[in-house]
Amino acid sequence: MLRDKDRYLSILLISPSIIAVLIFIYGFIAWSVRVSLSKWKGLNADYTWNGLKNYIDLFHDPRFAVDIRNTLLFTVVFVVGCLILGFLLAVMLDQGLRGEGFFRSLFLFPMAISYIVTGVVWRWLMNPAMGSRMSGFNLLFTYLGLDSWVNAWHTTPKWGMAAIALAAIWQMSGYTMALYLAGLRAIPHELKEAARIDGASEFQIYRRIMLPLLAPVTLSALIILGHTSLKVFDLIIAIAGKQLALDVPAIYMWQATFDGLFYARGAAIGILLLISVAVLIIPYIRYTLKTEAQT
Amino acid sequence: MSRLRLSRNWLYIPLIAMAIFYLLPMYVMLVTGFKAFDEIDLKTMWNLPRGIAFDNYIEAFSKLAPSLGNSFLMVIPSALLSSALGSLNGYILAKWKFRGADVIFPLILFGMFIPYQSILIPLVQFMNAIGITGLPGLALAHIIYGIPITTLTFRNYYAGLPDELLEAAKIDGASMLGIYRHILLPLSIPSFVVVLIWQFTSAWNDFLFAVVLTGNRQWPITVALNNMAGSQIIAWNVQMAGSLLAALPTLLVYIFLGRYFLRGLLAGSLKG
Repeated sequence: MLRDKDRYLSILLISPSIIAVLIFIYGFIAWSVRVSLSKWKGLNADYTWNGLKNYIDLFHDPRFAVDIRNTLLFTVVFVVGCLILGFLLAVMLDQGLRGEGFFRSLFLFPMAISYIVTGVVWRWLMNPAMGSRMSGFNLLFTYLGLDSWVNAWHTTPKWGMAAIALAAIWQMSGYTMALYLAGLRAIPHELKEAARIDGASEFQIYRRIMLPLLAPVTLSALIILGHTSLKVFDLIIAIAGKQLALDVPAIYMWQATFDGLFYARGAAIGILLLISVAVLIIPYIRYTLKTEAQT
Repeated sequence: MSRLRLSRNWLYIPLIAMAIFYLLPMYVMLVTGFKAFDEIDLKTMWNLPRGIAFDNYIEAFSKLAPSLGNSFLMVIPSALLSSALGSLNGYILAKWKFRGADVIFPLILFGMFIPYQSILIPLVQFMNAIGITGLPGLALAHIIYGIPITTLTFRNYYAGLPDELLEAAKIDGASMLGIYRHILLPLSIPSFVVVLIWQFTSAWNDFLFAVVLTGNRQWPITVALNNMAGSQIIAWNVQMAGSLLAALPTLLVYIFLGRYFLRGLLAGSLKG
């Protein structure tokens, strides 16, 4: 039991943070919701009630349909790519090879860099120019005799988002590796030894024993990566600027609000993004805190 | 055992192939930066430079120096303050749970994950209304939106410390703040390093807040670099050199303090 004096003091000390969080997160979310239900279009705030009109309009908006398709394509390529690559890298690094630390640091370093830097560099690596003006990866492919790999990257019609996801995989797969590696290290060594004595091959051990045991790690990675891909913004801006073919909700929100001054629509997109993230994250937070309380 | 290890040496082939993949963008950034202006050509971008020149770095630095300064000016106080707040919150939420603490904590945590598009319009309106704009406004945003992850990291760390540590001090008559200052704070130096690095990196790399909260003269490096890359006037080689300058501070932190960086990363997935 806390003494009264300590209880008041602890509440007093934590209250600045709580007030800040209440205003800047929950207050602002409520404020955004209010804007999304208004007619605000233009420099001056206009809170005239507009009901759900902005949301309904979005669902009839062809641009928003493109955004959803692009986000789905990006999410699938990015999440699957990161999970597979991250798992394979973690398994390889789990074999006790010499130089493990070096490789681990190398695979992880892109996490320290901003999406803007990654985007600016990848913009030139994925230069779609053909023929005598060819450069970047395409040029590298022709050096290696892989001419059939030459492609238009993010300017490929319909599939351009997959190229953006590739740059994102470069940036985030090391993180997935780190999650899996931490998970693998937590599995008792005897388990592997026992399976080996029973005659299981290395592949079987990872496929049948490790992968199922790592299910909680896969779940965490899936949710973290999934919610990241809903928010993707900087990377696309730095690679391609604001192009309709590579549009996503975060960019639409940006343009509607700050370029088009259609605050009400911008807020509606922001709230829809929040809802989709919340659907993933709230059960995850509850699950994590519950398992934590049990241990 | 040694035989088993020997047979695994083939793993170096995929590992080295992957290492090359991760290094390719760095390679282009570096070699392009060191080329002289007269050997710059997209068609030879993979070639090594003929000599070592600094033209590109000098050009990029002369354009980006003010925004590099802005970034440091904004990032250092935000990292320090959000870490300090996180430590205090973590201490209370781990060791001085008042009634309602179990509700407060997940509410704070959720803030770590929200898409900032959902608070962007009020944030800009609010900052303008209270008159905190430009770099101080940006720093304030980083401090406040940094509270969830710093609180989480410290709470998890303090929760792992035995309660007996506090009980003994309490019996000796130590106050709540006394215990924090004399017992927990000295033990939390490694956590401070983790959190400071994390906050430094995420504020340095942020683009969204920076682009809405700062104007031309106060742009931090990410905004300045993006605008440089978007302009048709500045050549790609200078952009590459600029990218390296923009990445260097966080890369150096990573190279020298990578262990702590990794711990911050894992904390971010709630697995502190």
